[in-house]
Amino acid sequence: MRVPILKQGEYLIASIQSALTDQDLMQLRDDLADRAGRFRSRGIIVDVTALDVMDSFACRTLRSLAYILRLRGAQTAIVGIQPEVAFAMVQLGLALGEVETALDLEEGLVRLRQGKLRSASSEK
Amino acid sequence: MKNEVHITIRSGADIVAARLQGRQLAAEAGFSGTDQTIIATAISELARNIIEYARGGEIQLTLVGDANRRGIRVEAHDDGPGIANIELAMQDGYSTGGGMGLGLPGTRRLMDEFVISSKVGEATTVIATKWIR
Repeated sequence: MRVPILKQGEYLIASIQSALTDQDLMQLRDDLADRAGRFRSRGIIVDVTALDVMDSFACRTLRSLAYILRLRGAQTAIVGIQPEVAFAMVQLGLALGEVETALDLEEGLVRLRQGKLRSASSEK
Repeated sequence: MKNEVHITIRSGADIVAARLQGRQLAAEAGFSGTDQTIIATAISELARNIIEYARGGEIQLTLVGDANRRGIRVEAHDDGPGIANIELAMQDGYSTGGGMGLGLPGTRRLMDEFVISSKVGEATTVIATKWIR
């Protein structure tokens, strides 16, 4: 199932709607990389609220997505990791590295705006 | 209530089917939401190993227990080629595939019991059990 991607100003929002296969996750990574360039996006939010599990493959794919987009000048925030999913991730030994996370979509947008403000002020 | 489920693992869609059925079975057995997610995650890792390292295989889910306790047993059987060094394969960060090397050791941490048997050139079997607390 393809994940819908919404464009909102300079941000892209991908809301995962159901359990995803490995192929779906790789498709999402490729779609976001493509669109972030096309729309000159500054921030990307991946909402994983509806994701049933975050296993090693999902974690690796989202992390590589964030790193790819950073190289293209955009920030990524993973939002909506459910408490039981977070618990399983920790036991499995998974980490998202330096990828930004937030409780939900609203908080994720706030984080991205703050991150942008930080980099703008440091340029002066 | 069904006590046993078999899922043939040949593609990415089968991984999702296996973990969704595992979650459902765990819910019916009375596992908490957190444990359902833990069991589904373990199934996802074991099913992916089947695809990544073997041509295919099977996940078998069974409700187990006696008078004192109930739980779910997850069995992963593949078609080979076997693991040369199980001790290495059980170490965090060791992988002969493209992964992070967390699948097997991570699954052992997620489940209460974990037994792996494998020989080069033969099938690999993992039997992992989680008990209701």
